[in-house]
Amino acid sequence: MMEIRTPKTHKAKRVLEKRAPKLVENGKKTLILHGTKTSATVSSVLMELYRLKKGGAIKYSRRNENIRPFESGGETSLEFFSLKTDCSIFVYGSHSKKRPDNLVLGRMYDHHVYDLIEVGIENFKSLLSFSYDKKIAPHEGSKPFICFTGEGFENVQELKQLKEVLTDLFRGEVVENLNLTGLDRAYICTAVSPTKVFLTHCAIKLKKSGTIVPRIELVEVGPSMDLVIRRNRLPNEGLRKEAMKLSKDKPKKKVKNVDQDDVLGKLGRVYIPEQEVGKIPLPDKSKGVKRERREGKVKKNKEEGSASKKLKESE
Amino acid sequence: MDTDMDQIYQTDVGNLLAFNPNHRFPSTPSSREELVKECVTEGTKLVQAIADTLFNFPSTESVDGPLVQLPPPTTKLPREKHLPRPKPPTKWEEFALKKEAKKDKIVSDETTDKFKRRHGYDRVNDDNDIPVIEAKASDEPGEDPFAKRLDDKKKRVGKQEKNRLQNLKTAAKAGALPSHVQLAATALPISGTKTQPQKIGKDALGDVAGLAATSTASGGKFDKKLPGEKPPKKQGKHHKYLPVVPRYGWVDEEKEQTNKVLGKLLSKHSHEILNVGKAINMYNDKKEKKKSGRSDKLKPKKDITKKKPYANKAN
Repeated sequence: MMEIRTPKTHKAKRVLEKRAPKLVENGKKTLILHGTKTSATVSSVLMELYRLKKGGAIKYSRRNENIRPFESGGETSLEFFSLKTDCSIFVYGSHSKKRPDNLVLGRMYDHHVYDLIEVGIENFKSLLSFSYDKKIAPHEGSKPFICFTGEGFENVQELKQLKEVLTDLFRGEVVENLNLTGLDRAYICTAVSPTKVFLTHCAIKLKKSGTIVPRIELVEVGPSMDLVIRRNRLPNEGLRKEAMKLSKDKPKKKVKNVDQDDVLGKLGRVYIPEQEVGKIPLPDKSKGVKRERREGKVKKNKEEGSASKKLKESE
Repeated sequence: MDTDMDQIYQTDVGNLLAFNPNHRFPSTPSSREELVKECVTEGTKLVQAIADTLFNFPSTESVDGPLVQLPPPTTKLPREKHLPRPKPPTKWEEFALKKEAKKDKIVSDETTDKFKRRHGYDRVNDDNDIPVIEAKASDEPGEDPFAKRLDDKKKRVGKQEKNRLQNLKTAAKAGALPSHVQLAATALPISGTKTQPQKIGKDALGDVAGLAATSTASGGKFDKKLPGEKPPKKQGKHHKYLPVVPRYGWVDEEKEQTNKVLGKLLSKHSHEILNVGKAINMYNDKKEKKKSGRSDKLKPKKDITKKKPYANKAN
């Protein structure tokens, strides 16, 4: 015996439709979690990451002892949280003797673990330790520049995966229109060695240059850290192919107010708002305007005068 | 692609992403500050490269600043959820394809030669609009044709609901259930009868749990309680005992109680309170019972004929 259950409120229906699989997807949300034990560095890293991604991240503050991303059974809790919060990227921080200051970055496909990469944090410098002019501080939720430097990102497989995960993490929403004055932050990732990446967050200062393109100056605002690659798990080929599939057809856009007629061809409907006769602006009869008219008249007479002179000359 | 000092960057303007694959550290930098400095300078070059292309796009002026249309991102990133799957055709749609049937929203009315809508306000064949139903020869006397019409409608609605459930089940099988609908199982599929299992209420459950608890050796007193389970209600008679030793400064409640009773007995109107007749009867009854040696308790009847073994020896 099955029962059909539909949402009773419009708000609930809109939430369900927002979370449904679509052709063009929403921006990925990030879930930030603590593990069984976290050191001070790890907790501050998680807190600052949350602040950087304020609009699209959810941070859980409790310890999660039964989450072990790299073990086969330890992912169920993660998948449940991902389902409940509709988050497709997660950042899990923990600390142990074997893996100090550990951070696991992972992605989900259909709320199941897609891929994982584990990094260790070294030389962490917090947001608060950087001093800079408050005016250039980046705004919350602005779209960042992401820069990768180093041949390691192309040659080493783990770094390639890290590049992809970091792009996904920092990208935010995919937008069509961008306001050029709102560009104020950049993430710089440099491959220092085949296993180490230096990551920092900078604010952008636009300086005047001769051309339309301003000269860019970067000021470190933090946080900055060294990421040391530890373990990783790549997605299996079939899952990867399915996840990378692009739909060929564009989303259908309903064209309104256009009809096709066999005789007349393409017909359009134009809606004109009602003309409120009582509210039509009357001509401006103020003194200042009148003077312009007078001046205009004078000009006109001058021209006529010169024109008549010309006529006389020609005659 | 931007050529800048023999270095070719890979840019993805849609994501504001830039990658320099040709950089490598010539030697391990001597200090951390130098490393940071070099990374930031490399990053600046990359951001400058993206900004060059960005600021050269045609921009439209808006209230907040110049708006630029970004191209779609070129880096392939995995999707968050699967692509929406096509819905399998419903039973009606299959029928419509075969028979080329259509269900128009506006249908011609039989009684008035107008076009009325099929569903909703002022619809075709509305049950409430029929003033007269002519009796046919096949009609039984005593049968209400109006009630019959309503009955028929109820059956049609029930059938439609069943069909809708079936359609949703086939859609769920194909993985294409609409986002706002959920199918929930209300009963176990094993049961043969069609009756719904009765839902046990909270109080009934509590009673049953209490019964089960009393059947344990310690009467359910030391049973582990689930979180949220309330302690059992006191079973048996509820006595309220007065304190033996009166509290300092408080009224001696026991004394008060006995005084109250005495007062009532010895008052002027005591004959109205005390039923003298009943009291006398009770006293007399007790006296008689004591005399006869009978008691309320059941005792086995003594057989006079039975001889006691050593009864005669004393004589």
